[in-house]
Amino acid sequence: MTTTLILVVGVIVVLTAVYISWRAGRLDRLHIRLELARESLDAALVRRTAVCLELAGSRLLDPATSLVLAAAAHEARTAGPEEREHAESDLSRTLRAVVDQERFHDRLADTRTGPDLLEELGAAVAKVLYSRRFYNNAVGVTRTAQRRWLARTLRLAGHTEYPDFFEIDDAPPQALAAE
Amino acid sequence: MRIGIVCPYTWDVPGGVQAHIRDLAEALIEDGHHVSVISPAAENASLPPYVTSAGRAVPVPFNGSVARLSFGFLSANRVRRWVREGGFDVLHVHEPAIPSLGLLACWVARGPIVATFHASYENSRSLSVTASVLMSALEKITGRIAVSDAARKTLVEFMGGDAVLIPNGVTVSRYTEGEPLPGWDGGEVIGFLGRMDEPRKGLPVLLEAFTLLAAERPGLRLLIAGPGDAKEVLEKVPAAFHDRVGLLGMVSEEDKVRAYHTVDVFCAPNLGGESFGIVLTEAMSAGAAILASDIPAFRKVLGEGQAGALFTTGDASSLAREAAALLDDPVRRAKLSDEARQAVWKYDWSTVARDVLRVYETVAASTAGVEEDDTP
Repeated sequence: MTTTLILVVGVIVVLTAVYISWRAGRLDRLHIRLELARESLDAALVRRTAVCLELAGSRLLDPATSLVLAAAAHEARTAGPEEREHAESDLSRTLRAVVDQERFHDRLADTRTGPDLLEELGAAVAKVLYSRRFYNNAVGVTRTAQRRWLARTLRLAGHTEYPDFFEIDDAPPQALAAE
Repeated sequence: MRIGIVCPYTWDVPGGVQAHIRDLAEALIEDGHHVSVISPAAENASLPPYVTSAGRAVPVPFNGSVARLSFGFLSANRVRRWVREGGFDVLHVHEPAIPSLGLLACWVARGPIVATFHASYENSRSLSVTASVLMSALEKITGRIAVSDAARKTLVEFMGGDAVLIPNGVTVSRYTEGEPLPGWDGGEVIGFLGRMDEPRKGLPVLLEAFTLLAAERPGLRLLIAGPGDAKEVLEKVPAAFHDRVGLLGMVSEEDKVRAYHTVDVFCAPNLGGESFGIVLTEAMSAGAAILASDIPAFRKVLGEGQAGALFTTGDASSLAREAAALLDDPVRRAKLSDEARQAVWKYDWSTVARDVLRVYETVAASTAGVEEDDTP
């Protein structure tokens, strides 16, 4: 009788331990995915800023357009964590105003270095859009997992912070938008 | 003289730079000169005969707020044509460090170019970083004018060299007389004029101070004239006081003058960035009792507090304290009003336009005039 009881309790303990460790492992994998998504989002934003600065300094544009773009890119590059979403949104708005100028595309396409820069800009803008979606997906899943009763009670997330969504206006210029 | 003036901001939207250019142009025309102004403008805007439209300006984030600017090849081509057809003796660009028509004009023209710098920035990282973008266009400027010490300091700091100081003008006679607006008599009125949604204009500080004051002074009302979102403003004031806040929205020139004559205390709570404060000199011309933040430009215009009271910039309780003291002391208000009417004469356009013309003559003396620059 007691042997059966011990056996049953033992099986339950083992199963629980296996379950907890499986959940912890899943949370850990989610955290790694989140970290990678964050890195790729950072890289995409930095790349977009770099292309904007290169375009601004390229002498392909009139000085007023260069200045608008350079100022916005500079703000985005130097923004602290608090102002980052705001500054990146401003850069998106500026890019729309700049790239959606009448005949902007044709004018740049006629120059030697213009087409490459346009291509690079299009890729950079799209990658910001993609990487932000992926990052926010990862944040959503991780948040749900961290909020679970088991994860909270046993502090499975350890010291990992509760992640925040990255909310910016990243609508691309019409001339660069993917169909 | 044939003078071409370049305005960077939309003509039909009220603003300090636009008003400056209008008054300068009219003072110069009065003096017998030929003046043509090119400016961004809405498609259906009614423009005075001396203004040529360069098309619509585009809203973009710039320098901490959203500005309506004119940039791009199309705008540059319009300025180019205007320069080619104008045959000017001198070209006068305004705010060439702002990415708009002024900068484009420096790019497409050569010859005697005078530039007026209006704005001052405490901290303009972007200006210093983008200086190289600006440099080749700005190097063509022969004569530089700053409208205030603060604007001049900014200029010297970020671009080197120096500038002559010619303060902003005000057409004093336009503001001296005005009927108070109907419905505002009785009680006490504090007034504010300017964009409601531009943080640098400091309206939130005034709203906070008003909330402090309104509880103790049941007769106190707040008059706000200027474009912006009314709901956003009312959100910052407790609902109980909503009926004591009058939002006039964007007002006509005439109503603006009347507003200056309506208020018991005119408040300029700007947080900075204001190089001169054209509204201050207008209010002074109207003889309003002024309470302004103690930013350097305002201290100077108000003679360190002689021609208007000052409070600690950004500090709502300081504003409330000073406003209460002024409202309780009609003798002091009358004295400030008299001092302001006196002090403002040195900013009258008749004085200012004469100085500007001397700058034109200095740079245009030895040249053949302004021509199109077609080097890439």
